[in-house]
Amino acid sequence: MSPSFSWIRPEPWGIHVVPADCWIDPSREVPHALVTHGHADHARGGHGRTTATPETLAIMDLRYNTRENIQPVHYGETVRLPGGVDATYLPAGHVLGSAQILLELGGERVIVTGDYKRRADPTCPPFQVTPCDVFITEATFGLPVFIHPPIAGEMAKLLTRLAEYPERCVLVGAYALGKAQRVIAELRLAGHHQPIYLHGALERMCRLYEELGVSLGELRPATGASKDAMRGHIVLCPPSALNDRWSRRLPDPITAMASGWMRTRQRARQRNVELPLVISDHADWPELTGTIQEVNPAETWITHGREDALLRWCQLHQRRARALALVGYEDEDD
Amino acid sequence: MEAFAALVDALIYTRSRNGKLELIADYLRRTPDPERGWALAALTEGLDFPAVKSGTIRTLLHERVDPLLWQLSRDFVGDTAETASLLWQPPALADGPPAPPPSVTQAVEALSAMTRASVLTELPRLLDRLDPDGRYALLKLATGAMRVGISARLAKTAFALAFRVDVDAVEEYWHALAPPFQPLFDWAANGADPPDTQSLPLFRPFMLAHPLDDLQVDLADYVAEWKWDGIRVQLACAGGATRLYSRSGDDITATFPELAEALTIPAVLDGELLVRGSHQGGEEGGAASFNALQQRLGRKTVSAKMLAESPAFVRLYDLLLLDGEDLRECPWTDRRAALEALLPRLPAEHFDLSTIIPADSFADLATIRDGTRDEAIEGLMLKRRTSPYVAGRRTGLWYKWKRDPLLVDCVLMYAQRGSGRRASFYSDYTFGCWQGDPADPAGGAELLPVGKAYSGFTDEELKRLDRHVRQHTLNRFGPVRETDRSLVFEVAFDSVRASKRHKSGLAMRFPRIHRIRWDKPAHEADRIEALQALVHGEPGGGTARRQDLSAE
Ligand SMILES: [Zn+2]
Ligand SMILES: [Zn+2]
Repeated sequence: MSPSFSWIRPEPWGIHVVPADCWIDPSREVPHALVTHGHADHARGGHGRTTATPETLAIMDLRYNTRENIQPVHYGETVRLPGGVDATYLPAGHVLGSAQILLELGGERVIVTGDYKRRADPTCPPFQVTPCDVFITEATFGLPVFIHPPIAGEMAKLLTRLAEYPERCVLVGAYALGKAQRVIAELRLAGHHQPIYLHGALERMCRLYEELGVSLGELRPATGASKDAMRGHIVLCPPSALNDRWSRRLPDPITAMASGWMRTRQRARQRNVELPLVISDHADWPELTGTIQEVNPAETWITHGREDALLRWCQLHQRRARALALVGYEDEDD
Repeated sequence: MEAFAALVDALIYTRSRNGKLELIADYLRRTPDPERGWALAALTEGLDFPAVKSGTIRTLLHERVDPLLWQLSRDFVGDTAETASLLWQPPALADGPPAPPPSVTQAVEALSAMTRASVLTELPRLLDRLDPDGRYALLKLATGAMRVGISARLAKTAFALAFRVDVDAVEEYWHALAPPFQPLFDWAANGADPPDTQSLPLFRPFMLAHPLDDLQVDLADYVAEWKWDGIRVQLACAGGATRLYSRSGDDITATFPELAEALTIPAVLDGELLVRGSHQGGEEGGAASFNALQQRLGRKTVSAKMLAESPAFVRLYDLLLLDGEDLRECPWTDRRAALEALLPRLPAEHFDLSTIIPADSFADLATIRDGTRDEAIEGLMLKRRTSPYVAGRRTGLWYKWKRDPLLVDCVLMYAQRGSGRRASFYSDYTFGCWQGDPADPAGGAELLPVGKAYSGFTDEELKRLDRHVRQHTLNRFGPVRETDRSLVFEVAFDSVRASKRHKSGLAMRFPRIHRIRWDKPAHEADRIEALQALVHGEPGGGTARRQDLSAE
């Protein structure tokens, strides 16, 4: 590691900003946390102080009752941390409120991407390419087999299947924060304006998105709805409910799952899915490698996923890179 | 290729049998000749391209992808063809518009023409014209391993469904034809005459029996035969060749070469394959238990020693064709007479006759059935004297009247999630018997797993079992839960034999849940000795027992 960036220290439970004594996305309680976004592998309750975008703070309030000692930072806004470190929050395009954090000290610029993607997403602003010296990138889908297809095609698959079976329903498993709302918003963009039924675990988050200005159209609780009412409709649930007892209340559901992991047949079959939809909120391989080239940092630090392959790619392209061994990041539910 | 690739993926993700049938039938109706014939051959793994191997794909990719990136990708995806389909880089658009994707027919033609030398330049040309799903389908087709979870039988059933023809006729003609099965489509879809099958040693679909259940039949109309516990086979001799087929129509000639050599008269025979052994029984004698037969099954080649120690013979039930004449429309009595007349022309060491059981009344027959202690006998067959030989199960013609099953009380140990409609239920159960004395708290008795069952209960019972499993879970291993060993099943099974593959040293045949003993304490379930006593013959001192129907 270059000694010149010694003020940023990766530890197994988070990235330590040493002069400010604060941590980025720590997996344990710390006095001061800078949080990139609301997913459970990045955000947790119990920190002394939490700095994040207003949307992420609202999500953390909903999930962890984080409402005291909070510091909201808008996109593009810079806050001065102890020790003279400046932190700027920039859009990451991952989920509502998700941010990259640009850290600056003495002319050195370090970006922590958190999770990000480069595709358009109607529920959040797009990733902003920003020059830096050290680019700390995620690598959830860091294998060359991962090339996410355009989302319009996946939506068409879903709507075609729905139209083919008017007596049944399509049950789509989608992660409760981000994926579910993006699928709904994309369905609306594709011209699907029927009511969409929700598993109870998705209702509060969808309501919060609406309060924060993302309109999702007519949503109805699946709980209490009759089987007949749900025929010919789309029902959303968290992935864990796909094959659970909960789904017995539905009219002969066709099980679908919206996830980047659906790219490979074995993963899709493990989930017992009949209709795999390759929809991811993470960068795929061309986006990961393309972004590194665009940002063009002096060093790339890789974390959060399949570091080995991306590290190899950096080697093959004569880029300085290292893999960080951070624990607790697991986006199996993307 | 796009339509075929879509079918392949749909089959991979469709769990239900009916769903798969509909998908294939729909494809066959929509697709022209000979495309659909090649597709059907690919699905049933009936294509072979010697120039293309799994190693060929690796070689191609190693020329194009960094070896480490390939290895990491392959490890994650778990399948060489799929990894290659995802990693393949299509040619850049600057090189001109891409050629249209090949049809299945064009792909088969191109693959057939490839040699070990040309494959490394020709296969890429096909891959360049396809999207990832198309590349996956092509590579699976080329390496001859579709793995879409459909049997040849299912494909034939789908064919029959597509064109509203008899599946048994499809089965019969199938064996006479090679891909792309043009005469089969001409007949079923285009109204031509059926293919000629007389001059080939083809498989003819078996006639099967219904369970007798609570029915009684009049012995004036029906004859009774033993139902032997071997494997049902068909021997077909025609055009100078003889083939041996299993019940599913698989060619097992190579496993029992002595039988194919023994039949040289043009005929099709139906019988039970048994091996001679020390276990004597029945008035016929000389039939070893199913155990002895197992030794020879599943072997592709046979040693001289094995031929000498466990020679196979066929106990004949029926005669379908003889000297070019199809007897299947004749009544059973005529076929039986022809079979008895044929027997002296067959070598006695490889053929004998399944005798007709003399009985004056149905009650007599019941006594005879209950009295038999022969391990090689599964029960009785009742055949209508006027019955033609028809494929499949036809009501009122043949009945099987199995001996009552054996029963043993076992304790539920593990439960696993089912699939398809049962995916949300714990519906597959592993159960065990006690080793040691479970009533002695200091005795250290433990349960040894003895079998697995997923049938024999109603939907209502399944719901209650599912609740029980969830409320009594000790450990979870993926789709499996270990339960607290508090529930007793009365398990019915046909027989039990020694097995080195199981920890208990025992393997049950056809175990199913007979009753759920919600009332019975687990320590009162049976001990392993009860089952061990059954490995050789009838229940003796043990507590396992024959189900007594009169007591129910
Ligand atoms: Zn995330
Ligand atoms: Zn994450």
